[in-house]
Parts: sequence; C-alpha cells; structure tokens
Amino acid sequence: ARVFYSSGNGPSKGEQVPQAAPVAVFKLTQDFTKDQFPTKVNLGVGAYRTDEGQTWVLPVVKRAEKIIVSDDRLNHEYLPILGLPEFRSSVSRIALGDDSPAIQENRVGAVQCLGGTGALRIGAEFLRCFYNGNNNTKTPIYVSAPTWENHGAVFTSAGFQDIRPYKYWDAQTRGLDFVGFLSDLESCPERSIFVLHACAHNPTGTDPTQDQWKQIAQVMMRRKLFVFFDFAYQGFASGNLENDAWALRYFVSRGFELFCAQSFSKNFGLYNERVGNLTIVSRDTDNLKRVLSQMEMIVRTTWSNPPSQGARVVALTLTSPELFSEWKDNVKTMADRILLMRSQLKAKLQALGTPGTWDHITEQIGMFSFTGLNPKQVEYLVKEKHIYLMSSGRINMCGLTTKNIDYVAESIHEAVTVVQ
Amino acid sequence: MNNVGQLTSVKWDEEGKTFELHLTGKIKQQLSADPTLRPEYLSSLGLTKFTQRATEVALGKRSQAILENRVLGVHTPGFTAAMRLGAELLRHWYDVNAAWCGPVYLSSPCDDSLAGIFQAAGIQDIREYYYWDDKQRDICLDKLLEDLETAPEQSVVVLAASAHCPTGADLSQNQWAVITQLILRRRLFPFLMLPAQALCYGDLERDAWPVQLCASNGIELLCAQSFSHCFGLYGEAVGHLLCVLKHNSLLLSVQSQADKIVKSLWSQPSVGGARVVATVLSNPAHLVEWQGEVKHIVERCMLIREVLRERLRLLGTPGCWDHLTQQRGLYCCMGLNGQQVEFLSKWRHVYLLPSGCLNVSAINGRNLSYVAESIHLALTTSL
Repeated sequence: ARVFYSSGNGPSKGEQVPQAAPVAVFKLTQDFTKDQFPTKVNLGVGAYRTDEGQTWVLPVVKRAEKIIVSDDRLNHEYLPILGLPEFRSSVSRIALGDDSPAIQENRVGAVQCLGGTGALRIGAEFLRCFYNGNNNTKTPIYVSAPTWENHGAVFTSAGFQDIRPYKYWDAQTRGLDFVGFLSDLESCPERSIFVLHACAHNPTGTDPTQDQWKQIAQVMMRRKLFVFFDFAYQGFASGNLENDAWALRYFVSRGFELFCAQSFSKNFGLYNERVGNLTIVSRDTDNLKRVLSQMEMIVRTTWSNPPSQGARVVALTLTSPELFSEWKDNVKTMADRILLMRSQLKAKLQALGTPGTWDHITEQIGMFSFTGLNPKQVEYLVKEKHIYLMSSGRINMCGLTTKNIDYVAESIHEAVTVVQ
Repeated sequence: MNNVGQLTSVKWDEEGKTFELHLTGKIKQQLSADPTLRPEYLSSLGLTKFTQRATEVALGKRSQAILENRVLGVHTPGFTAAMRLGAELLRHWYDVNAAWCGPVYLSSPCDDSLAGIFQAAGIQDIREYYYWDDKQRDICLDKLLEDLETAPEQSVVVLAASAHCPTGADLSQNQWAVITQLILRRRLFPFLMLPAQALCYGDLERDAWPVQLCASNGIELLCAQSFSHCFGLYGEAVGHLLCVLKHNSLLLSVQSQADKIVKSLWSQPSVGGARVVATVLSNPAHLVEWQGEVKHIVERCMLIREVLRERLRLLGTPGCWDHLTQQRGLYCCMGLNGQQVEFLSKWRHVYLLPSGCLNVSAINGRNLSYVAESIHLALTTSL
C-alpha cells in the first residue's frame, strides 16, 4: 500500500515559486463537485454526513453556542497563549480519564491548538528543539504505512529530515501486519519518534487489539521510543469515550511520557473552528512546567493566541453535566450510523456474492474503511460509476446512506468482477 | 488596585474591561441562528468572502493590482499567523532551490515577537533600522533612510503601515513617499503591518494608505492585517495575509505554496470571527454602523491622549509631551528608560512594555490620575 506522506517540493527552473502538488483528497472533492451524474456518490468526504447526506450541526453545539452568545459577562480578551484554561483541563481529562494517576500527580499539561494539525505541529516543533539533544533534526519519525496524508508534511516542516514508514497495513490479509509492526519497533534506532493512531486508524480503520497494544507498549518502553498519539476520533469510533481512549490510557498507566494531539473537529462537528489540543504527559510537575514554558515560546511565533469560539463550546459542554450527557448521545448517534452502514455494506456484498472476504468492513472502526480495492478497480468506480474514493481504496463510511448503499454495493461488485 | 496598569495590550472601556462592539454582538447572534452555515472544512486559504473584503480594504476596490488579478489573500488565524505565513513564503520567494535566510530589517524598537517569528520560519539574519528617536520623541527619517540605503538588494523591510507597535509613531505621507522611492531604487521587499487597522483614523482604507501607495508604484509586497482590534474580536484570531505580486502568472504558484505551508501549520483558519467581519464589510448599513462605533473608540483614545498630556503638564513633569497628541492610535512611547519602567512596575504596579511604551486605551477615568502621577514620579525620582 502507498505511504501517504508528501515528499519535499521539487525544484522547477524558470519559475520563482514552484507550484506544489495538490493534496489528493481535495482534488477528489473538486472532481466530484464538477460531476453532473445524478446518482454520483462521494466516498471521499472529510466530514460526517447524516443519512440525508447533509452535514450535521450537533444539537448540543447549537445549545452551547446559544448560551455563549447570550452571555454578557464573557470576557472578550485575547486568550492566553496556551489557550482557554477550562478547555485545556477538561479536554485532557476527557482523554486521560478523571481518575488518571498522571493528572492526580500534576504532571499533565495542555496546549490549545488550531485543530489536530496545529497540535501535531506544536508537538513536532518542540521535539525538534528539545528531544534527543537540542535541535536534533535527524531523529527518525515513524509514521504508519499508510497514514493520514499530512503527517509527514507536518514533521518535515517542523524540520525533521528523516520520515520513515512502519509496517501497518497488510493488503493480503486486509488487516494489521502486527509481526511487521513489531519488527520495525525492534529494529528502529533507539529514541525514534512514533506517531500512533489512538483509535480509528486513518485511513485503514484497523486498530491493534488490546493485547497487541500491550505488546507494542512493552517494546516501545524497552527501546526508549517516543510515543506521539494522534487522537482525532474519541467517541466517534466505538461510540464510547472510554473505549476509544483505552490505548492512550494504557500507555499512560505504564509510565510513558508522551504527547497526544487531540482534535474535536469530528466528534463535535467543529471542523472550521479549529479546536485541538496537545496533551502532554510528563515525568513530574517540574518537568511539565519547563515543557509548557517552551511550548509557549513556540506558540508565540506561530499563532500567538488561539481562537476562542470553538474552545468555549467544548469547555462548556464537557463541564456541564446536562450538556455533557447530550454530547455523548450526539456522538453515539454518529458512531451508530457508521456502524450501521458498515454492517449493511458487508451484508449486501455477501448477499451479492461479491468475490473476496468482506469481514474487514465490520472489523474496521471509525470513519474510514480500507476496502482492499486496487487502483484499477477504484478507477473503474470513479470513471464508470461516478463513485468517488481514494486510489488507496479508502472510503469514508459517512458518504454511505440508506439511499445510495445499494448502488454502491452493486458497483463494488461490478468493479471486483469486471476489473482484476 | 484593580491591576491598575496593565498598560500593554488590549483596549478597555471606561470600566477597565474589554468590550465588544455592539454591532459585533448583534452579528454574532444573527450568525449563530443562521441555518445555512454548515460545519465543514474550509479551504486552507480560508473564507473567500472574508479574503475578498480584506483585500479590498487594504488596496482599495479599484486597485490596479486587483483588476490585474495579481493579488493573493490568505485568511489566517490572527496577525501573528499572517506574519508567520509571510515569513515562510519569503524563504523560497526568490529562489526555489536555496532557502533564503535574510536579511530582514525590523524597526528599532519593534514588537518583541517579530524577530522570533522570522527565526521560527528559518530566517536567521535579522537586522534593525533606525526608527524611534528617544530625544526627539519622534521618528528620525534621516537615520532610517541611512540604514535602509545600505540594505542588500532583496532584503525584506518590515514596516508598520499604521499603529506602530510599540511607539505609536507612524510615518507621514511625505515620509512614505520618500521611503517608497528608496524601496524601488534599492530593490527592497516591503512587508507591511496593519495590526490594528482602522484604529488610527477610524477608517480601514485610510489606515492602509501606505499599502496602496506601494502597490500603485508597482512594488511587490506582503501585508499582514488584523481585524481583532477594530471589531472587538480579540479572542477570534481574525487575520489576513495580502500578497501583491508583480505578475499574474505567479499567482497560482504562490497560492499553492501558501496552501502547502498552511496545511502543515494549522490546516485551515478558524471561521467564526472572519464571518462577522465579512458580514459587516459586505453590507452598507452595517458598515455605517460599524464606522460610527470605531470612530467613537478612536475619539476616546485621542481624548485620553489630550487629558494625559495636560495632566503631565500640570504636574510639571519634565520633558516634552507634544508627541502624545501628535500621534494617533493605541500605543504611545513615554520615553522612559529601563530603570524607570522597572520603577513603575515594582513600586507603582503600573506595567508598561519593556520599551517604555503603553497602550493609551488602558487608561480611563479611574486610573488616569494615578498613572500620570506614577509617570511623573518615575521621571523625577532619582533612581
């Protein structure tokens, strides 16, 4: 499978500023938009869609926004550089759990960031400056093969020179290449940095089991590898906040110092408000203080003060029992719809007798599924059936609805039988 | 004492609180009830309606550069983000293969985060040009020109289009005319700043006059804008980076570079505040109402300056304080040295910026006497 990280910009003579290659998923959306076919389907959407194919403003978000906009006492000053205090504490808590020993020991800190991307970038900048020596740009960064297509670019832009893949997706078995993963963990240079997907792996939807996570943690501890979690789907994967946080919390309980980049784009539907957080688990309070002071310097030269609107919505929701309860329901609604689409797609493919096994559709979790379709089959779907998906075979389950699922299932069946 | 003198950032009202413009509050309510606003990712370059308006208020609607389609506007999460994006773009502006590392010229003094922003973008060679003269309590143009005369070609010069931070001293139109000629002759690249657009003259376009002068002279430039101050949207990070290019043929490549840089920094900007600004700037009735509120803020600042100057005169405070009322905008340089600034914070709990400058709007009816007295003491006590 292709590894989704962008390599450096190629030089071009005769032009002052080179044109960078377009990011694939956005081009896909462009092509879809231009397509006139009446029953076209976009399985490359980036945001959650309802069964009517519409975006969804979470009811709890509407309520929270109303409360905020009518609150006269609100202070309209710039947020502190590290962000809204009640946001930072409540989102770290939701990730690590109220009873987290690390929180109780005062060694958890947070930096409010511009979305998950911002959190990854701030974390990456810090690591480049202070991890494994000062300004060590040669520390290898390991990202899963495949991974979210922006991971490599973020770390490269932060100055790291050596981005490498770790084995992850096994195209033959359509599952996790656990043996390969472990062997990369054993053979990489000590102190390498690993970007791990806390749940709902993007793009494969394939997560390690709890037992596998335990083994991964063991090796990483022994080999002194740095853990950087990407946590963009809490609640959105299984419908349960605690379940989705299991891996992160397990690592913390094993005593790891780690970074966790959180995003609230999907689970709050706050895509364009850029609500993210970098949770920092440090070895002790003193260390944490020093880390946060450096984080502040980094943020100061990036965006200085983060935007408050989305952070207020999240903070209010997480700290008000009624709103919190409503939010959990809203998240479960989204997760349940995705689970339903998964089970229906698999059932239909099996009913059609589509060659191959389709268990992975329901074994995978979260927004994305790696169907296992090859590039030629994907091309067939796009060109002949006007069904848009990534050439990797990745589909976004949110693009499926009860109205289009038959068409999609039949088209996949066609693609698999006609194209090899 | 209610934190009497955080005389540094953010404007306060008579109660010493930051306030939201009345219109801004209204628009926010409207937008929150608008069912057509969908929760979706924006493009990396941000809200189009906003970038169009932001570009127009910087260059003027009839700008040649806009007509010739050689302007790129990028919506950024705040002013610092706009500066950072500009700095990142400059690294490969002239040469795709070699990372340009300076020199960048910053005014002396300047906002203390500027150098760090360029350095974070990998540009290490940061230099100063003479700007504020303490004795004259004014800009010294001769020395400024001397410094820029020796700048290597393709140097980037960071200039405040208005509301210079931290001194509050802005170049006059005549001075701008001279500087633009130097820029042309020495082939320098201006990076203009509008951190508090509209708060000098109560008029967005008027504050942007220097940008228009440069553009009309065919000068390629970057301009970072913020709408936080003049819309009372402090927490909303409403910034914009304007790129005026020499040729329309360069537009696509600069755009794709900006897209690539943004994707690795923050992916896309936050939409909330930009929607408010775009709504106001696109609606003539809103525009008039907003203009009224901003004029009121500006007038209040001018009044404070006058009153403060008069109070210092009555106290017999040594020095000349004419510059207080000759300058406009939020900031003012009090001409205090480091020791005097420390005296103020330690003994009087009045906090100025390290350069001895203060934010005029943080002064109000309740703290004016105390502030004036404190400044008087700082200048007359032997330290």
